[in-house]
Amino acid sequence: MIGRLHDGFTDRPPLRVRWVPIASTLIGSAMGALPVIATEPIVPPFGLMILLAWRLLRPELWPAWMALPLGLADDLLCGHYLGTAVILWTVAFLLLEWVDQLVLWRDGRVEWAIASVAIVTIGAGSWLFSQPSGSATSLLVLAPQTVGAILCFPAVLRLTAMLDRWRLKR
Amino acid sequence: MAAPRHRRRGFSRRVQYGLFAGYVIAVAGIVLGAGLLLLSRLDPRAFGTLRGIVIDAGAVVSGVGRSGVNAVRDAGEAVSDYFMAGSENAALRSQLAAQRRAQIAAKAVAAENARLKALVRLQENLPRPILSARLVGSTPTGQRRFATLSAGLAAGVKPGMTVRSPEGLVGRIYEGGLFASRVLLLTDGEMAVPVRIVRTGNPAIATGQGDGTMEIRGLISGGRPFRRGDLVVTSGTGGIFFPNVPVAVVLRLRGDRAIARPLADPARADFAAVYPVYQAPIADPPAPPRP
Repeated sequence: MIGRLHDGFTDRPPLRVRWVPIASTLIGSAMGALPVIATEPIVPPFGLMILLAWRLLRPELWPAWMALPLGLADDLLCGHYLGTAVILWTVAFLLLEWVDQLVLWRDGRVEWAIASVAIVTIGAGSWLFSQPSGSATSLLVLAPQTVGAILCFPAVLRLTAMLDRWRLKR
Repeated sequence: MAAPRHRRRGFSRRVQYGLFAGYVIAVAGIVLGAGLLLLSRLDPRAFGTLRGIVIDAGAVVSGVGRSGVNAVRDAGEAVSDYFMAGSENAALRSQLAAQRRAQIAAKAVAAENARLKALVRLQENLPRPILSARLVGSTPTGQRRFATLSAGLAAGVKPGMTVRSPEGLVGRIYEGGLFASRVLLLTDGEMAVPVRIVRTGNPAIATGQGDGTMEIRGLISGGRPFRRGDLVVTSGTGGIFFPNVPVAVVLRLRGDRAIARPLADPARADFAAVYPVYQAPIADPPAPPRP
């Protein structure tokens, strides 16, 4: 298990350390339960954004398989076909492991760029997976949601960093 | 800033094996996820119980917040109403006069209609709703267009039933939990409604586009069957949807097809009525051939 680093930070009471990232991602996925009724996808995929923020801030936090249960929860909450986010999020985690080896210099903008690519790709992937067999919806439907998600991502990253500080506070 | 060297394997065999096991589990999970996806594509009703529980749980959250959203919107409308009161009053008064004339004409037409129907002994099986329920939420992040209805299997709602609001057709029940169910909205890509153009009576088919509009294709080839502002209503062909429910109004033309906006805005509909699946009246079956 990678998450168990004995560096004095993770020897907190494990409840908060372990569950704050998971709970915040689930709450992000549950933004789909906002009481608005939309006839087109307008709300950014907050679950995915918070997941990416945690993964980029704390690469050692989760093993790669952690995306499986979180993706399943997202599928259930968003009404996608089961398996959509399970596949896409786990593939993204595996690719991010590779990107971690690849990118030697990291700062906020690099992480924003990585997250933007991930949001666009995963959005297109979930569009592809939820195409009904009979007719086709346009890929442009994704545009407002994706632009919103990319613009919101730095704020989400900040929010996650705040949560992280609270999580590890002595 | 240099990247943190977090995934350093070091010399600990335990860390190395743990990392490797994580990848193996992830890849196995992807394969499992592909199986899940295939299963739910082939059989959308799969895992109904699990999905139902989640729908129920989500509806509890949305139902509470929904009243707050309504209150905010109503407050905003009330404020803007005060600003527009004078001009709106005049406009409404003239509209009322026009409506009154139209109502008298409509009454005459209705009376004539009833007389003609009695004349031809037309039998009608008028739909009767099973129940009315609130639309409490939707899936605004996902690629599918679902709304959540606050009535489920316990109230007799079944997948396939029609949902409509006073303005027109809203959608079809897709799946249900015990106390809440998901409504497939007209704008979802999976939705196809057999319709009829009111102006000409030509049959057409309306499919959702996922972006808040529907595409309408005429079933009779040739010509330009649509005009801007055309109203389309359900034709009742093939069952499921009751005939003569307003569906959409044509916004613009695209070649020989038309882009239309659904008449019923589920965001504004407080209540929606659930109707049973429509079965077209069957004419007398042909007599079996006599030997």
